[in-house]
Amino acid sequence: MLRFITGRLVLTIPVLFGVSVIVFLLAHLAPGDVTTILAGPFATEAVKEKLRISFGLDQALPIQYAKWLGHILQGDFGTSIANRRDVADLVFPKFVNTAILALSSAVLAYIIGFFAGIFAAARPYSISDRVVMGVTLILGNAPPYWLGLLIVLLFSLSWRLLPATGMTNIMGGGGAWDVFLHLIQPMLTTAAAPACIVARIVRASMLEVLSQNYVRVARAKGIRRSVILRRHALRNALPPIVTICGLQLGYLLGGVLFVEVIFAWPGIGNQLWQAIQARDIPTIQGATLVIALAFVVVNLVVDAINAYLDPKIRASEKAGAT
Amino acid sequence: MTERQPVDSVETPSPGNAASAWQIRRDRLRFHLRSLRLAWYAYAKDNAALGALIFLAVIVLISVLAPVISPYDPAEAAGAIAAPPGTDGLILGADVDGRDILSRLFWGGRIALLVGIGPTVVATLVSLFIGLAAGYFGGWFDQILMRIIDVVFAFPLVLLAIVIAGVLEPGVWTVILAISIALTPYIARLVRTTTLNVKQQPYVEAARAGGAGDLAIILRYILPNMIPPVLVFATTLIGLMMVVGSGLSFLGLGIQPPEADWGTMVAEGRGVLRKAPHITIFPGVVIVLVALSFNFIGDGLRDALDPRRRSR
Amino acid sequence: MVEPILEVEGLKTHFKLREGMLKAVDGISFSLAPDEVLCIVGESGSGKSVTAQSILRLIDPPGHIVEGRIRYRDKDLLDLSDREMEKIRGDRIGMIFQDPMTSLNPVFTIGEQIAEGLREHLDLGKKEAQGRAIELLRSVGIPNPEERYRDYPHHFSGGMRQRVLIAAAIACEPDILIADEPTTALDVTIQAQILKLLAEVQRRLNSALILITHDLGVVASMADRVLVMYAGEMVEYGDVKTIFEQPKHPYTIGLMNSVIRLDDQHDNELRSIPGTPLVPINPPPGCSFRTRCDAAHAPCETEKPQAISVASGHLVSCHLMRSDGRQAGSS
Repeated sequence: MLRFITGRLVLTIPVLFGVSVIVFLLAHLAPGDVTTILAGPFATEAVKEKLRISFGLDQALPIQYAKWLGHILQGDFGTSIANRRDVADLVFPKFVNTAILALSSAVLAYIIGFFAGIFAAARPYSISDRVVMGVTLILGNAPPYWLGLLIVLLFSLSWRLLPATGMTNIMGGGGAWDVFLHLIQPMLTTAAAPACIVARIVRASMLEVLSQNYVRVARAKGIRRSVILRRHALRNALPPIVTICGLQLGYLLGGVLFVEVIFAWPGIGNQLWQAIQARDIPTIQGATLVIALAFVVVNLVVDAINAYLDPKIRASEKAGAT
Repeated sequence: MTERQPVDSVETPSPGNAASAWQIRRDRLRFHLRSLRLAWYAYAKDNAALGALIFLAVIVLISVLAPVISPYDPAEAAGAIAAPPGTDGLILGADVDGRDILSRLFWGGRIALLVGIGPTVVATLVSLFIGLAAGYFGGWFDQILMRIIDVVFAFPLVLLAIVIAGVLEPGVWTVILAISIALTPYIARLVRTTTLNVKQQPYVEAARAGGAGDLAIILRYILPNMIPPVLVFATTLIGLMMVVGSGLSFLGLGIQPPEADWGTMVAEGRGVLRKAPHITIFPGVVIVLVALSFNFIGDGLRDALDPRRRSR
Repeated sequence: MVEPILEVEGLKTHFKLREGMLKAVDGISFSLAPDEVLCIVGESGSGKSVTAQSILRLIDPPGHIVEGRIRYRDKDLLDLSDREMEKIRGDRIGMIFQDPMTSLNPVFTIGEQIAEGLREHLDLGKKEAQGRAIELLRSVGIPNPEERYRDYPHHFSGGMRQRVLIAAAIACEPDILIADEPTTALDVTIQAQILKLLAEVQRRLNSALILITHDLGVVASMADRVLVMYAGEMVEYGDVKTIFEQPKHPYTIGLMNSVIRLDDQHDNELRSIPGTPLVPINPPPGCSFRTRCDAAHAPCETEKPQAISVASGHLVSCHLMRSDGRQAGSS
C-alpha cells in the first residue's frame, strides 16, 4: 500500500510541474499589454516601462517562469493587482471556506446518491426505481447556477426559511448555527448534480454486479437477499463507484465556482470571479493553482482508496513485502 | 444476426479485375447501408431516444428559422417590463427590459447549439488526429501527449474553461475556444485507448501481414471502429458543454448582452427573482430539456451501435 | 416404490422479451428418488439450465415461473415465501454452476465463501464454521486446506475453483444436489476428475443428484434416469438403459446416432441432426422438433404432442407413439 502511494506521489511531480507551466502561461494568454492592465489605460509609456522591469517582463519567458516558480515554491504568490494585497493571504483563507462548502456538499451528495442508487438497484424497473432515476436524470442535467436560483426562490424568497446570501466571514460572527444556515442552500445546489450522477452509477454498477455469476451462486447458497446486497454486491460494485465519486469531485468543484458567485459565498471561486472581472492576473493564477493542487491531492486519495479496495493490488503488495 | 457478413471476406479476388473491384465496392456499400439500417431500426425502437431526436430536430428548426418565426425583435422591448406570461400578448412574458422571452429563447437556441456542438466537434476532430497518432505510432509523441493530458486532467474542466475564458476577451468564440481546449484531453484519451485496442486485434495483424500500409489500416480498420465510441461520447458531451457554455455566459465571460443567450437570460432574471421568476425559470427549463435530449440520444446511439446490445 | 424427494409437475418458465414470449421451459415434469441421479440432456438453449434454476427459484425478471408445482418433501417450493426459500437453498438443495471462473466472488477468500453458507444455515460460530470449511476443502481434494482457506479465488485454477464450489454446495449436506454442466468450462483431463468427485460426493452424502449435461458419455456412466429436452419441452424421459437402448423419440434417436459408441458392432454411420434448434419465442403450434424431423406428418404441424407412457416409467412426446408402445403410422 505504502509502495503504491509513494509510486503515485512520484508520478505526481511532473504533473505538478505541468500545472505550474499552464498557470504561468495564463498571464500571457491575456490579450493586450499586461502593463496596461496593471497601470490602467491612462498610464504613460515611462510608467509602463518601469513596471515592465520591476515585474521582470523584459526577460525571456523561461527566466520569468523560473523566477515565478521560485517565488511560488517559497509561498509567495505575488501581489494582487486589484487591492494590493498578498495573493497568498487573499487566497488561502478563501480556500478554507471553499473546502467547507465543497466537502460538505460532497458528503451530502455521496450519502444521497449512494442510498438513492441502492434503493433503486434493490427494486429494478419498479415504479419507485423509475421515479428516482427520472429525478436524477433531470437534476443531473440542470445547470448548477440555475438550480441555485430555483433553490433561493423556494427557500429564501417564497418560504423565507433561510438566508440567501450575506455569508461574509465564516469564522466570525454568528457561530456554527449561522454558518450552517448559510451553508444549506449552496450545499444543496452543489450537491444536486453529483448526487444524481452518483445515484445512477451506484444503481448501474450494483445491477451489473447483481447479474454476475457469483451473486447467483451466493443466492443458491441461500444467503439472505439483504446480506447479498450488502456483502457480495456492494463490495464489488464499490471500485467503479469510488472512481466516479472521485471524478465527481472535479465536477463538484466546477459547480462550486458557480454556486459561490450566486450565494456570495466567500470562497476561492468567488475570489476567482472577482479577479477575472478586475483582470487581476496574479490572483487568477493563485486561485487556479490552489484549486488544481487540491484537485490533484483529491485524485491521489481516490487512487489510494481504489487500490485499497482491490484485493489483487493488496495481495501483490503483501507478496512484494515478504 | 446470421446473415452478417464481414467486409473483409469480399475483398480477396485477383487485383486488376475492374469488374470485381467495382463489385467489391458495391458490396461493401451495401453492407454499410444495411448496417446503418439495422442501427437505425434499433435506435427507433427506443422511445426515449426517438423522442429526444424529434425534440432536438424541432429545436434546430426553430433556431435556424428564428429570424422568421420570432414574434418580436429579440433586442427590442415588446411589452411591459417583466410582464408575466400571457400578458401583453406575450406567451412567455417579457424580461427586465420588456423584451419578448419567447423570441429571445428562439434566438438563444442558435448560440446554445453553437456553444454545445462547436467545441465538441472541434475537440473531437483535434482528438481524432492526436489520439490516433499517439495510439497508433506510440513512441515519444505518445509519451508527451499522455503527460500533457495528465496535466490538463489536474484541472477540473469547468475551472479551466472559466479561467481561459476569463483571461480572454468575452464573446461566443472565446467560449468555444475555452471549452474546446478543456474538452480535448477527454476525447483524445478515448481515441487513444480505442486505437490501442483495435491495433492489437487479429484482423489488423492479418491486414498488416497481407501488406496493408499504415494509412490503409488507419482508414479501413481503426477509424471505422472509432466511430461508435467517439460518436456516443461526443453526443453525451454536447449537452454537458451546452450547460458549461451557458454557465460561462451566466458569469459574464461569454455571450454579452444584448445578444440572446439562455445562460445570460437566466442571469438577467436574478435581480427580479421574486417578482418575476419566469424570466429565470423558462430559459433554465429549456437548457435542461435540450441537455437531456442529447443524453437520451447518446444512450440510444450506444445501444444501437453495439450489435451485442442490439440483438436483445 | 420409494417416496420421491422432489416432484416437478408441468413447470413452465417464460421470459417476457421485446421480441415476444420466450418459452424457455414449457411443461416439464419429472420426479426424483432420494438417492437417484437424473441427467437432463439437450442442446444449448433447450431449457436445461432454466429448469434447474427454476427449482431453486433463481429466475429473475424478465423471466417468471408461470405454472407448475415443485414439490420438495411435503411442501411446494413455489408456495414458499422468499425467506423460506432462502432457507431451502444451499441447506436442503445445493447447486453447482457452469463457469467456475466467474462463480466465486473475487473479493472474498474461498474459505469465507464456504463458511458463509455454514453460518447462514447451521448457525455456526466463526471458528466452528472455519473448521468445517477446512474439512470440506480437504474432502473435495484441495491440498493444504488450512493455508488455502485464506486464499482469494484468483489464486486457483478452474478445476480447483470447481472443487471449492462443490465444497460450498455440499457444506450443509443437502438432500438434492443440482449440477448445471459443471465441467463444460474445464479442460478435458480435469472434467473426468470433477465428475468422479461429484459421483463420490453424491454417494457419500447419499443425496439425489440432478446433473445437466450435453455429454452423453457422462450420462451413460452416471445417470439412473434421463430427461431429454428440446426447445423447452420434454421429449423423452426414462431410465438410462431404456433411453440408450430403446430410444423412441426421433430427436433422442438422432442424439444417440450422433455419438461414437465403443460397443458399436454394426459400424453405423456417425450422424448429426440437420438444421438448427428452434428458439421458442412465440412458438408456432405443433411439435417443436418437426422442422428437423424426418418422420414429421400432418398432426405434427398443428398439434403439440402429449407425453405418452410407452412402458413403465418411459415417457415420449411424439405423435408417432401410441400408448401401447408401438409406433403409429409408418416409419
